Amino acid sequence: MELQTLLLGVLSGCSLIILCFLVRLFVVLREGPECKPGAKGPVCILVVAGSGGHTTEILRLVGSLSQSYRPRHYAIADTDQMSEDKIRTFESSHGDALKEHQYTIHRIPRSREVRQSWSSSVVSTLYALLYSVPLVFRLRPDVVLCNGPGTCVPLCAAGLLLGMLGLKRVVLVYVESICRVENLSLSGKILYHLADYFFVQWTSLKDKYPKAIYMGRIV
Amino acid sequence: MTRVFVTVGTTKFDELIENVISEENVKVLIDRGYTELTLQVGHGSHLPSPGSCSGLKMDAFRFKDSISDDMKQADLVISHAGAGSCLEALGAQKALLVVVNDKLMDNHQLELARQLHSNSHLLYCTCSTLTETLKTMDFSTLMPFLPGQPQNFAKFLDKALGIA
Repeated sequence: MELQTLLLGVLSGCSLIILCFLVRLFVVLREGPECKPGAKGPVCILVVAGSGGHTTEILRLVGSLSQSYRPRHYAIADTDQMSEDKIRTFESSHGDALKEHQYTIHRIPRSREVRQSWSSSVVSTLYALLYSVPLVFRLRPDVVLCNGPGTCVPLCAAGLLLGMLGLKRVVLVYVESICRVENLSLSGKILYHLADYFFVQWTSLKDKYPKAIYMGRIV
Repeated sequence: MTRVFVTVGTTKFDELIENVISEENVKVLIDRGYTELTLQVGHGSHLPSPGSCSGLKMDAFRFKDSISDDMKQADLVISHAGAGSCLEALGAQKALLVVVNDKLMDNHQLELARQLHSNSHLLYCTCSTLTETLKTMDFSTLMPFLPGQPQNFAKFLDKALGIA
């Protein structure tokens, strides 16, 4: 009998915590549009670079942003030397010559290799979260910009956590890759519900996902 | 000189490479006025030896740091359906023929090539229809592929984030 009461207590305690968590998440997600970090000065941005094509695409987006977006932090998968080279080349040609070292590059474990199974993806994503939370808490970016590599889910989750704890409202911006015409990527499917601004680049996706922003091809 | 550049990206697509250098297709290419053929074969099992196509100046390699020079010099690009290769060729404003590997089912990379084809930016065929397509292809009916507009994204974001 006593055990039953104890179990009931633990269960209801857990439910209460989860409920608080969800309410807080709901509140944080709703206040996105009111969050205007640019009104106070430069906007610190965390750019999640994937691999190969993802990196090329996101650098085109970053290249269109003004110098108001600084400093720029890049997160790349730890096995991805090519992206690091691309970023350094990009920054040396686009960065403001007078304000050097306005960017940093951070490596986190890859949360999902191409064709990795669902279940092992969950484990490696949790592992990547262990690295993402301290990184995002340290950088405290105003904005996280990403376009679909698996790595972006744990980083966005860490950004949301900052908001839920009331430390900083991080604006999440997601741009689905131009390669996605009919279906969102796995990261896209998850972040469609969490991102403050979610862009797609084909009308067929806009029809399926009405909350998405469509303004033609932007890469 | 009229150049053809064949690219399979980081994949292997032996069927395409073998098809392009088959006697029949080499003859079609020559008939259509092409004089040079460069093959990027990626992880393909066979690296054709240079000069093995009579009548065409042929060269082959697996990978390079950048294939953008090969793209730029080409008059015709024959590519696998990979998104990166398609976008690079169209970005360089090249006549592009995409050959779909129909042995790779349900590959999301095909989505983009299919869409770009229905928007008339490229021609599209399979290995079995390659000869026919090479004979009849006409790029003059295609629409130019205009660059994307990242500045629209920047404008939107500035406004959303309150940047003056």
